[in-house]
Amino acid sequence: MTNENQQVCIGMLVYDHPGVMMKITGMFARRGFNISSISVGHSERPGFSRITIMAEGDDATIEQIIKQLHKLIDIVKVQHLEPSRTTMRESALVKVLVKDNNMRQEIMTLVDIYNGKVIDVTSKTMTLEIVGTQRKVDSFIELISEIANIKEIARSGVLALYRGEESITLD
Amino acid sequence: MRIINGTDIIVKFLKDTKNTTLFGYPGGQIMPFFDRIYSENDIRMILVRHEQSAGHAADGFARASGKLGVCVTTSGPGATNLVTALANAYYDSSPVLAFSGQVSTWLIGNDAFQEADVVGCTMAVTKQNYQVKDVNMLGRVFKEAAYIATTGRPGPVFIDLPRDVQVAETNITDPIPDKVELVSYNPRVFSKGASLQIKRALDLLFNAQYPVIIAGGGVALANASKELEELVNLLHIPVVYTLMGKGVISDDHPYVLGMLGMHGRKRSNFAVSEADAILALGTRFSDRITGDLSHFPGQPSARIIHVDIDTAEIGKNVPVDVPIVADLKLALQEFLEQVKRRLADQKNGTTRSWWYKYIKELKESSGIPDAKKPGKTGRVIPEKVMFELNKILAIDDIVVTEVGQAQMFAAHYLNIKKPRTWISSGGLGTMGFGFPAGIGAKVAKPDSEVWIVAGDGSFQMNLHELATVKSNDIKVNIIVMNNQYLGMVRQWQEILYEKRYAYTCLGCKDGKYFPDFVKLAGAYGLPGIRVEKPEQVAGALEQARKSDQTCIIEMAVEPESNILPMLHPGGALDMFYSRRKEKKSIYDWYCRLPRTESEQHGYKVERINKQEDDVAVFFEDES
Repeated sequence: MTNENQQVCIGMLVYDHPGVMMKITGMFARRGFNISSISVGHSERPGFSRITIMAEGDDATIEQIIKQLHKLIDIVKVQHLEPSRTTMRESALVKVLVKDNNMRQEIMTLVDIYNGKVIDVTSKTMTLEIVGTQRKVDSFIELISEIANIKEIARSGVLALYRGEESITLD
Repeated sequence: MRIINGTDIIVKFLKDTKNTTLFGYPGGQIMPFFDRIYSENDIRMILVRHEQSAGHAADGFARASGKLGVCVTTSGPGATNLVTALANAYYDSSPVLAFSGQVSTWLIGNDAFQEADVVGCTMAVTKQNYQVKDVNMLGRVFKEAAYIATTGRPGPVFIDLPRDVQVAETNITDPIPDKVELVSYNPRVFSKGASLQIKRALDLLFNAQYPVIIAGGGVALANASKELEELVNLLHIPVVYTLMGKGVISDDHPYVLGMLGMHGRKRSNFAVSEADAILALGTRFSDRITGDLSHFPGQPSARIIHVDIDTAEIGKNVPVDVPIVADLKLALQEFLEQVKRRLADQKNGTTRSWWYKYIKELKESSGIPDAKKPGKTGRVIPEKVMFELNKILAIDDIVVTEVGQAQMFAAHYLNIKKPRTWISSGGLGTMGFGFPAGIGAKVAKPDSEVWIVAGDGSFQMNLHELATVKSNDIKVNIIVMNNQYLGMVRQWQEILYEKRYAYTCLGCKDGKYFPDFVKLAGAYGLPGIRVEKPEQVAGALEQARKSDQTCIIEMAVEPESNILPMLHPGGALDMFYSRRKEKKSIYDWYCRLPRTESEQHGYKVERINKQEDDVAVFFEDES
């Protein structure tokens, strides 16, 4: 047990009802919990969505967050995804302003190193796609900001699944 | 094939589940439903005078009966008026099913007349809520809603019913499913808790020197009073209760010390401060009962056993040594079984004689103050009203309180002997709750006498329900403890704000008590009695009991009477404002507890000194 704040990843399977997101975010807001990222999409089963939340807090707070999520009736399953047993990915789109060819070359080299892609190019801008762990995305953004001026960033929030057979499913 | 519409499905659901008493108020978007039940003899609709009251009445009905309380209102303002009542039911875990009309589905989102996002408004104050957009889903939603409201930790559920869904026709043959299938909801209906955890709990309790039980409202909700009493009788452990737990064990029981917390009894607060093992049953350790969390439990070495049906309550406010997630009734049965086995193996009796002596003398040292004398201004003191009410209360009588000083006087001094005969707004502290909740309680238990203990402030928040009791021939007894102040806030101002009574005086400049509650009763065609002298109290209560109509007894009480003790806000359980007279004996006892020498001369004594010098303010005894 620690009393220090940490980031944890919470995986959920929820009913695909209107208002479910509002119930979840409302609960976080009402009880003063922090969300650093949230991602939502259809799951493998029709009628159910999968949500991944990165939340912040000390051990007691994290325990409360999971218990309170569990209490929401629209949430079918909730689990704390421990990093060692979990694969996590985040993607980001980064639009940078390009001054000259030199800069363009430098950007492309960095994108290459990070296994990213250039998905849009104009005479003044480039839009880059990067996929990886949260840390990888963070460090890519940090480095790119040293080369060029960043115009816009869109991040997906973390997606996570257990490694191997373990899973958060109904059966 | 038979064609039915949405309202038919609702009525079928209400009849099938025997939820045939409703509290409600009509309006544009719920007219189809009201029209449908107009010709329905089996459904009793009690028309209130404000939607908030419909919610509170359903809440009171649920608390008195243990069944689901149902209320219905129209859209927009009708539904938003319900929000307070739903929040109140949510905080006190009361099973209420509320539904309201909504504008037709094609108008939703257009800011139509009397449209409000009520699903959004009620989200934070209900256990679950729904908006039904398909008539074929109506039966399933109602069934699910009632199931969720009444199982596990009970709570209110709200359903938003667009007008077109109420009148939509369908030829569905089984509109209401037999079973609720909800993979996401496990109410632990059959959970008795892990027997190994219960064994650990008993190891702690049997080895403890100064154990105490905190009984919360969960004991009443689980109908586990008998089991609790049996456990107390077997283990000989003193019991304190929370405001919500009053009545779960009789106040006459020798081991019952009384209420705990902010305005709890001193002996209860001391017992918990001194305890080395705490068995908490169906309570959520709210800030009102723990005081300063950094000083709870009072003994840093104390161990806490917490039994609750709601996992999220365990460890939420205080760290727990033995968590037990269970239905309290089943858990206590398991406790009893294991206790009996242990006692059979064990020859020696208790070794806790010091503790019992302490508890016994604590209990004897404080009682109801001498209330025969009038107060400073010659008026009745609130203790006197409670003293006389105690004499007249029958075992099945139901006491319903408003919120504030009157509530705390009642909680402090009334002898409540059975669960579900004490109804009070605990978590939300809703002024205006008591009167409508009392109406609901009376409707649920028509053979019980209902006593509503109100202050003049609270009563005036929902006094229009006098029309409801008159027109529906509902008989309750309303005791208005009129002190011309918002008494509780005034008391705080007296103690903490140097008597600056900012906006808490409800009286007139001429000093005459107003409004005239006897005349008010008369305006509604009801009898009223005014009591100004102590010797009139008993007669007035008797007269009200004998009356066949709702009767208001206006008790003109001492304007500046205080309900004491009172914890210092933000302080620990043993830091309180009290009357000087009682100080010495309590501290005597406090210091005489046989602790180790280091404990007596170290930490504890330091705190006592600090308390006397810095924090506590003592009042001269008024009587």
